[in-house]
Amino acid sequence: MLNTLKQPKEKIIKYNPEMIFENFDPREDKILRIIDNDGNVLDKELMPDLDDETIIKAYKSMFFARTADEMAVSYQRQGRMYTYPPINGQEAIQVAAGLLIRENDWLAPAFRELAIMLAKKVTLKEIFLYYMGNEQGSKFEFANHVLPICVPIGSQLLHATGIGYSIKYQKKDEVVFGFIGDGGTSEGDFSEALNFAGVWQVPVIFTIQNNQYAISVPVQKQTKSVNLAVKSIAFGLPGIKVDGNDFFAMYSAYKEAYDYARAGNGAVLIEALTYRKGAHTTSDDPSKYRTKEEEMEWDKTDPLKRLKKYMDKNEIWKENEEELIEKYKLEIDKQFSEAETATYPLSDIFDYMYTEMPEILKKQKADFELFQTWKENRK
Amino acid sequence: MVQAINNALDIMLEEDKSVVIYGEDAGKEGGVFRVTEGLQKKYGEERVFDSPLAESAIVGAGLGMALSGLRPVVELQFDGFTYPAFNQIISNVSRMHNRSRGMYNVPMVIRFPYGGGINALEHHSESPEALYAHIPGLKVVIPSTPHDAKGLLISAIESDDPIVFMEPKRIYRAIKQEVSDEKFSIPIGKAKVLTEGTDVTVVAFGAMIRECQKAIVMAKEAGISVELIDLRTIYPIDKETIIESVKKTGRIVIVAEAPESFGVGGELIAIANEEAFLYLEAPPRRVMGFDTIVPLAKGEPMYMISPDRIFYEIEGTVKF
Repeated sequence: MLNTLKQPKEKIIKYNPEMIFENFDPREDKILRIIDNDGNVLDKELMPDLDDETIIKAYKSMFFARTADEMAVSYQRQGRMYTYPPINGQEAIQVAAGLLIRENDWLAPAFRELAIMLAKKVTLKEIFLYYMGNEQGSKFEFANHVLPICVPIGSQLLHATGIGYSIKYQKKDEVVFGFIGDGGTSEGDFSEALNFAGVWQVPVIFTIQNNQYAISVPVQKQTKSVNLAVKSIAFGLPGIKVDGNDFFAMYSAYKEAYDYARAGNGAVLIEALTYRKGAHTTSDDPSKYRTKEEEMEWDKTDPLKRLKKYMDKNEIWKENEEELIEKYKLEIDKQFSEAETATYPLSDIFDYMYTEMPEILKKQKADFELFQTWKENRK
Repeated sequence: MVQAINNALDIMLEEDKSVVIYGEDAGKEGGVFRVTEGLQKKYGEERVFDSPLAESAIVGAGLGMALSGLRPVVELQFDGFTYPAFNQIISNVSRMHNRSRGMYNVPMVIRFPYGGGINALEHHSESPEALYAHIPGLKVVIPSTPHDAKGLLISAIESDDPIVFMEPKRIYRAIKQEVSDEKFSIPIGKAKVLTEGTDVTVVAFGAMIRECQKAIVMAKEAGISVELIDLRTIYPIDKETIIESVKKTGRIVIVAEAPESFGVGGELIAIANEEAFLYLEAPPRRVMGFDTIVPLAKGEPMYMISPDRIFYEIEGTVKF
């Protein structure tokens, strides 16, 4: 039976042996790291080809995302927003991907992807609207090819794979970025998405943001695997474990993955090793399950501090950070205020359920309006 | 209610070594709602533990345990996250006893918080009782008070059939009630008449009971006498209590948060029509959720059923 299996007809572009993916075999638990915690370059050979301007732009994006994230938490604390999942500590991963992702490339986010959503031109106003409890925040007015935030863990990766199939079928020059967390890798959907992507050989870059915790459960209780990148092996995909708090390492990995996927070689899995500095969401209290010492230890690897140290050492950074943060805060607050004034009419509950509203829904809406009138008259 | 459920679990862990509890964050942290708080410390990690994040695996593995001598009480984190486990529930958990012609029992409880009204994110506010009640082989239980939660959960754990135990998260901490520390149980499959009345029967369960009680006060002011029934068990549904009440009042209003179409409301109306048709003085009414997704926080107050909306329908039925 085996010899009846046909070889795929597509021309297979040879797996470049120079690939850093090959040099950082997840089976040996190797990790791609380019700068250390003090911003020193560990291996000049691995340093990506980025000009100073781009590095500054990346740092600013990380800085903006962090400021917005911190303000979001504070708005929530003030009772002006509902449950919010902070991304604090995970900015380097998403900003690195954000430098590569083009307007027509796709993004299938989970719910901790603020920085790359911003790179895709999702507005903060929209993000704020969503976490204020208004679904209009999922209608991204200026962003192309961004799926709404996906809360059911892991399910979004299958959509990424399907989009990858469309791209291939329609012979488009597009790549899909699918994001998941460490906990999500335990869901069946994760394995199924990688398996399908492998079989179909589609242009998808899967990123696992391994931030060490699925709410309270540490990644060590999530899997017996040596790391999460190694899961790629079983599905026949290239996989790599990267220091997710090292912007340069993330960029290099993404660049290679991007070129590989875009050239028609198929999907790639990147595990970005990072740390969720904040709570799972604003409803969560990390002191229940982790220590301050552990948090301090990880703080030394903070992606912003590291990149800043690199820039200082190489005399790239010349801006006044205090002024910058004030400017960002004004901008963020402006977008928040715009979101805060939005209204939510009854029709918003009904209008988007179907492309054509069924009579039964029209009746339910009309009945509720009658009740509202009754209520008004009763006052 | 959180403490009462915790106490029921505590009693059963203490009494029966075959009881094990697990789920996402259910061990060390004690669950996102702290329902299992302190139990791991008391009974050890072998009996109360965190599982990897996979609902299908939680239920599927739980079935394996139930088939081989344990009594798993598994926690799924939210109503909207139970669906990855749906395949195991509908294809195996509910069928094993029948499939094996009684060779295997499934003494398993699947607990999860359900319902809206807490300003939550998507998938955290759903009421899927009809989905589970529709599956032959399952029993579906929903308490409305701390006392009931304890008694019903103890019955559920002691049952040799699989039980879906839905906890109204909105009133997890909203109702203060003295609950005995002693072990007691409340029978599954029996509804309870909470308030006797003569003009109209109102049937509800879970968090809606409290809203109905507020509506009854309004009704009383309007001179309407309401009989309120807490269903307690969705399936097997207690027809007898419903029929008896409808025969007395001649009117029925059903209150539930779930989308109206094909829900518990329709089932109760069918029962009233089938068994008390000649006693009805007005068409039965449903006060239920719209056939829509539960809106996020800004739209949720319009979706959630308020006491005045219940009263509006009660009055409409009586004035018919």
